[in-house]
Amino acid sequence: MASNHYYDPADLKKFGNITEWSEELGTKFFDYYGKVFEEGALTAREKSLIALAVAHTEQCPYCIDAYTKDTLQRGVTKEQMMEAVHVGAAIKSGAALVHSTMMMNKVNKLDG
Amino acid sequence: MSKLKTQSLHKRESELAEANRQLEILSNGIFGSDELPTFAKKIKETNQFPLRPKKLEILQINVGYMCNQVCDHCHVDAGPDRKEIMTKETMLQCLEVIKITGAHTLDLTGGAPEMNPNFRWFVDEASKAGIKDFIVRSNLTIIRANKKHYDLPQFFKDHNVHVVSSMPHWTRGKTDKQRGDGVFDKSIKALQELNAVGYGMPDSDLRLDLVYNPTGAFLPGDQMGLEKDFKKGLLEDFGIQFHNLFAITNLPISRFLDYLIASENYEDYMYQLVEAYNPAAVKNVMCINTISISWDGYLYDCDFNQMLGLQVASKVKHISDYNEDLLNDRNIIISQHCYGCTAGAGSSCQGVVT
Repeated sequence: MASNHYYDPADLKKFGNITEWSEELGTKFFDYYGKVFEEGALTAREKSLIALAVAHTEQCPYCIDAYTKDTLQRGVTKEQMMEAVHVGAAIKSGAALVHSTMMMNKVNKLDG
Repeated sequence: MSKLKTQSLHKRESELAEANRQLEILSNGIFGSDELPTFAKKIKETNQFPLRPKKLEILQINVGYMCNQVCDHCHVDAGPDRKEIMTKETMLQCLEVIKITGAHTLDLTGGAPEMNPNFRWFVDEASKAGIKDFIVRSNLTIIRANKKHYDLPQFFKDHNVHVVSSMPHWTRGKTDKQRGDGVFDKSIKALQELNAVGYGMPDSDLRLDLVYNPTGAFLPGDQMGLEKDFKKGLLEDFGIQFHNLFAITNLPISRFLDYLIASENYEDYMYQLVEAYNPAAVKNVMCINTISISWDGYLYDCDFNQMLGLQVASKVKHISDYNEDLLNDRNIIISQHCYGCTAGAGSSCQGVVT
């Protein structure tokens, strides 16, 4: 690798370059991506907030960078942004915790 | 943004109060090293250099830099400590031009234009000229700043003035952060008073438009989407109505440039502007249909060039020598701040341009 770290903010600007090594799939992806974020049954603002929450649960620095800026541009307040991140975090932690029922089942079977 | 200042850059004797220093910053660094293309180079790519005026539509007159607010983003570096105020003599010269201009819109700005002691007389006289659209850019809080201004909504109505007012957000936090503590509450009260005399109501001819500037180092989002959110927020929370929202990009000059540099956002912001460059917006930038007149009567391609001291490239440089035909035969002066007007859907004093 040219650098000694995994993530470089400058790489976000190069996202579009992924089509260079696979034009058809890259183009299809970006067409799809663009379509998804268009105003629809959900507003572009609502979609941006969902994206911001998912960016955090996916722990994607590029996505956090991009959708923090995007939500700001759409007039979203920091309180709304943080609430969205908590929704993501609640699902993420809930998803971990709900698996503890498997653990409990197993313990009850083996040692109940 | 940074903590709100209470003095202008001029009062603080900041080096950024000097137009030449701002132009130097905009020409050197990432632009001097060719890391980013200059605006001239960029518009050459689409054969739009030099920029030339089309038919004059808007006469914008800055009646003074004095203001009751010291907003973080202000490109005028306005504030209570600014003493540059248009005299009655210069106003009289402006009135002569207003009578003969082919422009359909007269746009009074500042500072807070209402703080000019001859403001009401000037509006009274100018409104007699029969200009189609007579705009006053009111910061709203001035209406509540002093008893003598309380009747401004009625005064505007009596002169059929089109009121255009800054309002960076429909919530208190974001508004006060940019414009100062207490600005939101005063603005809300002023908007309610404007509504009470008929401004901004759905079927009213009394036009009330709001201007949105981002509160930080980012570009404005979609104007229509923001307008929808503003309308919903202001109506639901305060019963306020208005006609249109103009989403305006902050240009990297004066206090906003100071903020960008101090917060280490300058380069990223310029990258954002250049990446969002839209050649279609160049065709409709406001400098091609506007003349900006300063408090002392000098002529500029736009209010931003006025603040950068870039007078028109014409033999006609002052309102006392005004000649619209001669003036229209000129090249528009550009620098890297112009990227602010061509980013995304474009930006002007009337909002997006595409």
